[in-house]
Amino acid sequence: MGKKPSVFLFSMLCFGLAFLYIPMAMLVVYSFNHSKLVPVWGGFSIRWYRVLFESEEIWSALMLSLKIALLNATFATVLGTLAGLTLARIGRFKGRTLFTGMITAPLVMPEVITGLSLLLLFISLNSIIGWPSERGMTTITIAHITFSMAYVAIIIRARLAGIGQHLEEAAQDLGGKPFRVLLDITLPLLAPALVAGWLLAFTLSLDDLVIASFVSGPGANTLPMLIYSRVRLGLRPDINALATIIILVVAVGVFIAGWLLLRQQQQRDRNLQIATTNNSDLSRLNNKDHHSHDRSGDLPQHQGDTGTPERPSRR
Amino acid sequence: MAQALPHRMTRLTRKLQFSLNGVIIAIPFYWLLIFFLAPFVIIFKISVAESLIASPPFSPLFDIAHNGALSVHLVFDNYAYLWEDSLYIKTYVNSIRISTISTVLCLLLGYPIAYAIVRSAPTTRFVLLMLIILPFWTSFLLRIYAWMGLLADQGTINNILIYLGLINRPIRLMYSEFAVHIGIVYSYLPFMILPLYANMEKLDHTIHEAAADLGARPFTTFLTVTLPLTIPGITAGSLLVFIPATGEFVIPDLLGGGNVLMIGRVLYNEFNANHDWPVASAVAIVLLLVLVIPMMLYQHIQSKETNG
Repeated sequence: MGKKPSVFLFSMLCFGLAFLYIPMAMLVVYSFNHSKLVPVWGGFSIRWYRVLFESEEIWSALMLSLKIALLNATFATVLGTLAGLTLARIGRFKGRTLFTGMITAPLVMPEVITGLSLLLLFISLNSIIGWPSERGMTTITIAHITFSMAYVAIIIRARLAGIGQHLEEAAQDLGGKPFRVLLDITLPLLAPALVAGWLLAFTLSLDDLVIASFVSGPGANTLPMLIYSRVRLGLRPDINALATIIILVVAVGVFIAGWLLLRQQQQRDRNLQIATTNNSDLSRLNNKDHHSHDRSGDLPQHQGDTGTPERPSRR
Repeated sequence: MAQALPHRMTRLTRKLQFSLNGVIIAIPFYWLLIFFLAPFVIIFKISVAESLIASPPFSPLFDIAHNGALSVHLVFDNYAYLWEDSLYIKTYVNSIRISTISTVLCLLLGYPIAYAIVRSAPTTRFVLLMLIILPFWTSFLLRIYAWMGLLADQGTINNILIYLGLINRPIRLMYSEFAVHIGIVYSYLPFMILPLYANMEKLDHTIHEAAADLGARPFTTFLTVTLPLTIPGITAGSLLVFIPATGEFVIPDLLGGGNVLMIGRVLYNEFNANHDWPVASAVAIVLLLVLVIPMMLYQHIQSKETNG
């Protein structure tokens, strides 16, 4: 392995990052533009932020989106965790192939198909059993849960495959009842994946435009639906201001998460170094001992191998 | 006591395990059955119904006649209509062409980036990965909107080119296939880089040294060693870009306008503007048929990755 990346690789990397970040930087720059015409610079101003904060439409759309995202993330995490457990821990059962198919298909299904099919389902249900009588928050939430739970299930399955089954087996051998083992061993081990799944489901919901536009009814506008209806008519400086706020919130969130993960990784590297410099047999024994006793403490440190890089790759 | 109890406990435990498993499976299973599979049955049903000006705007599939006989109407007119109207076929072909080109562009850009990330020091690698993932967490719609600002006739790129004196008049960048390619590559690039990265990370780098020791030039090593070993990553990344890009609606709508025909947009308009549900359903079913092979391929890779 050549230690220094070649000039070609380095310049491609720079180009890629510039490609990803310059458009977002331009969004931010023009949000402080006084002019009503987005690309024409009219001096620095925070006028559009004021316009944004005073817009009731934006606030109500934001509130609706947040409500849906919270409900969706919570339910999708529960359902996705159950599905992930099924895929990773329950070997054979009738309909396993169908189950696997239904879990992985939503990941790659074009949004227009999912949206249209769910809308037709809601309409058919309404004509047969009278529910849902109107489309809006409930139907959007159900639609979001259906596709987000698939993402959560993939994350949970990957994590369960990563941590192996020996701790659960040990607990069972010691007389733990299945439900207790699930609550006391499996779920705590899953904690980082549960957080990651919840956050992913939350963002997926906040981000969705197409499925929500299909299954929503009159009057229920989520934030992406509102943004879409405005930007399809052209550039709007208040949307730039909104984008800037969203980018800021996400950047702060990712920065904090990244910092925590990096610290964890460095800690793990240090532990590993100590372990290898000591007598290897003894430290291996200690490690094992440590493992089985330490349930709630810093388990993620030992188990969180390749935390970030692996998780998103399965999307 | 010491002998009998554990035995009975094991049996009880097994029983409990069995019913617990049942609950764990049943909840997500029925949810998906109702909200994922059933909709496809309905969409198929409506695609073989006749279009009516009514609410709902299609004919019922089953009819119970006065004498109690059940008759089934299966009308394949909607599919025949798609076949006869050259616009639809052209749109399908165009969607596949555009998303294929975009996928290749994504790969050409994403492959070296993933490779550069894998070869950097661990801490740098981590920061770079974070930088690749970050845009994914911001709004997809707003990232497309960002390109509207860059590509518009009065947009940033044209302004810069005019300022530099390279052009006198704005050149048309928006509402073109070029804009759609940019939009797809921009939004789906992380989906290409991350599977490639995950694949490359697992590679044993000593094989490169071995190839070099045996006298292979870097480029030969790349062609004969690295590239074949990263085919799983290339396939996964390409499918993750190609499948959703083919049915994409937002990008062709905002960046392509009426000039770029893509099937996602046609479907959306067929449904929302023309209110022709049966035709929209038929369009969706055909799109699903077009994508079923890549989807199954993706699923195959997914299951191989987790089981093997």
